[in-house]
Amino acid sequence: MTVLVDGNTKILCQGFTGEAGMFHSKNSLAYGTKLVAGVTPGKGGQALEGVPVFDTVREAKQATGATVSMVYVPAAFTADAICEAIDAEMDLVVTITEGIPVADMAFVKDVMRGGKTRLIGPNCPGIITPVTDKSGCKIGIMPAYIHRPGKVGIVSRSGTLTYEAVWQVTSVGMGQSTCIGIGGDPIKGLDFIDCLKLFQDDKDTDGIIMIGEIGGTAEEEACEFLKGYVRKPVVGFIAGATAPPGKRMGHAGAIISGGKGTAADKKAAMKKAGVHVCDTPSILGATMKKVLGK
Amino acid sequence: MNIHEYQAKQLLAKFGVPISKGIACKTADEVGRAFTDLSVPMAVVKVQIHAGGRGKAGGVKLVRSADEAKKVAQGLLGKALVTHQTGPEGRVVKTIYVETGSDIEREMYLAVVMDRGSQAPVVIAAAEGGMDIEELAAHKPHAIARHRVHPVKGLQAFQARALTKHLGLKGDQAKAGAKLIAALVDAFMELDCSLAEINPMIVTKQGEVKALDAKMSFDDNALFRHKDVVELRDLNEEDPKEIEAKKFDLNYIALTGNIGCMVNGAGLAMATMDVIQLKGGMPANFLDVGGGANKTQVTNAFKILLSDKNVKGILVNIFGGIMKCDTIAEGVIAAAKETKMSVPLVVRLEGTNVELGRKLLQESGLNLQTAASLDEAAEKIVEAIR
Repeated sequence: MTVLVDGNTKILCQGFTGEAGMFHSKNSLAYGTKLVAGVTPGKGGQALEGVPVFDTVREAKQATGATVSMVYVPAAFTADAICEAIDAEMDLVVTITEGIPVADMAFVKDVMRGGKTRLIGPNCPGIITPVTDKSGCKIGIMPAYIHRPGKVGIVSRSGTLTYEAVWQVTSVGMGQSTCIGIGGDPIKGLDFIDCLKLFQDDKDTDGIIMIGEIGGTAEEEACEFLKGYVRKPVVGFIAGATAPPGKRMGHAGAIISGGKGTAADKKAAMKKAGVHVCDTPSILGATMKKVLGK
Repeated sequence: MNIHEYQAKQLLAKFGVPISKGIACKTADEVGRAFTDLSVPMAVVKVQIHAGGRGKAGGVKLVRSADEAKKVAQGLLGKALVTHQTGPEGRVVKTIYVETGSDIEREMYLAVVMDRGSQAPVVIAAAEGGMDIEELAAHKPHAIARHRVHPVKGLQAFQARALTKHLGLKGDQAKAGAKLIAALVDAFMELDCSLAEINPMIVTKQGEVKALDAKMSFDDNALFRHKDVVELRDLNEEDPKEIEAKKFDLNYIALTGNIGCMVNGAGLAMATMDVIQLKGGMPANFLDVGGGANKTQVTNAFKILLSDKNVKGILVNIFGGIMKCDTIAEGVIAAAKETKMSVPLVVRLEGTNVELGRKLLQESGLNLQTAASLDEAAEKIVEAIR
């Protein structure tokens, strides 16, 4: 149960005093997450919800030992916030904010080159590792109560569809090792391959659920990687089989263009790589249970 | 966001991309006068719609007099032009661009796109222009040159030289071509484009290198820092239901089926459409009400769904996380009553306070069915409209 974060991970929140930052920070705290610092420029020195607030990420890290940042900074300023976290050498930055200009993310990825910081998101539900039935490390906006500690790793481009998968895994009596929402933007941090590798290498993960959607070729590339590296069973779903070409389906990355990125292509690649492909998300949990023989 | 050819050309000209002189017109009289004002022996009359394939569909015509220009414009303005990109209903022509004609020696293809794989803008160039680049990519992949643009430093001079070489430009034309390419990349980066395409880029018989057509799309997420670009938006080119949805922060896309869907989250919304089709139905739309939708948004979402005359039934699929199911149920009930909804409604709720939400729906007196899973919900709505 230690993919990227576990029950002992100390986190800080950038954008802590904002409406979204405060709302979701409270939920993380209520779930027992070790949220040890907030960062809002100009608001350092106070404490909210028992959490000290700092002006800069570097100060917050030095004072509290936080290693992960979760970012709720508004879209126009998110790239700067991520760069600050990279400069402070945080291990992981989880960016929830949606609506960030693509050029800003291209800039961030350039800044990240050669550094040690890993990025999840943007425009994603975040990452969660349940530790007990009621507590764990929750870095993001997912509803905590649907999770149970267990052996299924989940990686997904979509938010609510991840909850659907989590809920089914829980409903059939299993639980999750870690769930990672990688987000729906075209330029982002961790991709499917990074997460599949983490889950394959994690001794506490027995099976992996992978949820993709139309647009781009990340799923196809992940399937090539799967064939050579992943030996654990993978259950998959691709959203957007009925989406018409040229129409952007909500996510900045969910668009079929130039005949590429269709659901049919992605499902075919998954089947070729030995993934147990589901035609409806309603059977993700049951399929995983069957595959794991439980 | 997309803009018209004439708007793209005006923007690109500011960055130094050479274009022909032209005038945008709204009436046939204006088109006639524009021809006179250009005072050239030959001009091109081009319809301005947000779709490609205008030439083949008869939306681009050569004219040699003011009278001819006016006559051609009369035949185009106010009528729908159907191209391979517009769908069968076509697009109504409201604007015509009259441009000085060019003596074309050779056509080339040039574009800058934001590329996921490179995580940066990429310049794409081909010595054969005017045709569909995707077709060329499929049949002659070697004919296309690709150069990654550094997301901070921009295009390097050697890359522009390599691109002009690939395009077969020599001497002064190579210099002019390199300038044009650099200007296009500057415009792309400065204006947060997702696409800036010149197809074709031409060499004239007089030896000039210029843009004969131009297409620009912008990153919607970056429009907040480009107020001047936002002003170029043409609402005539967008679906009125989609415009209405945007006002309420709803993400709506019209489709051709008859089952309206309301879902929270883009992925779940797509999955809901997929399952409807899997069960034998056809979705009328994609509608994502977002993670924190309130009662007002749910009501407005319903109104938009019902304004589509094709809708014969509605499926609501909400996984309440931050949103509580009882809040959603209240919104659905209020909306159904306010809009006097008469089509079948199936609601699938899951998540926080789900029992309370289901109870509210059952006791509402509304003619609706509830479902425990997405599969069951899709089966029920498909059955209900049969």
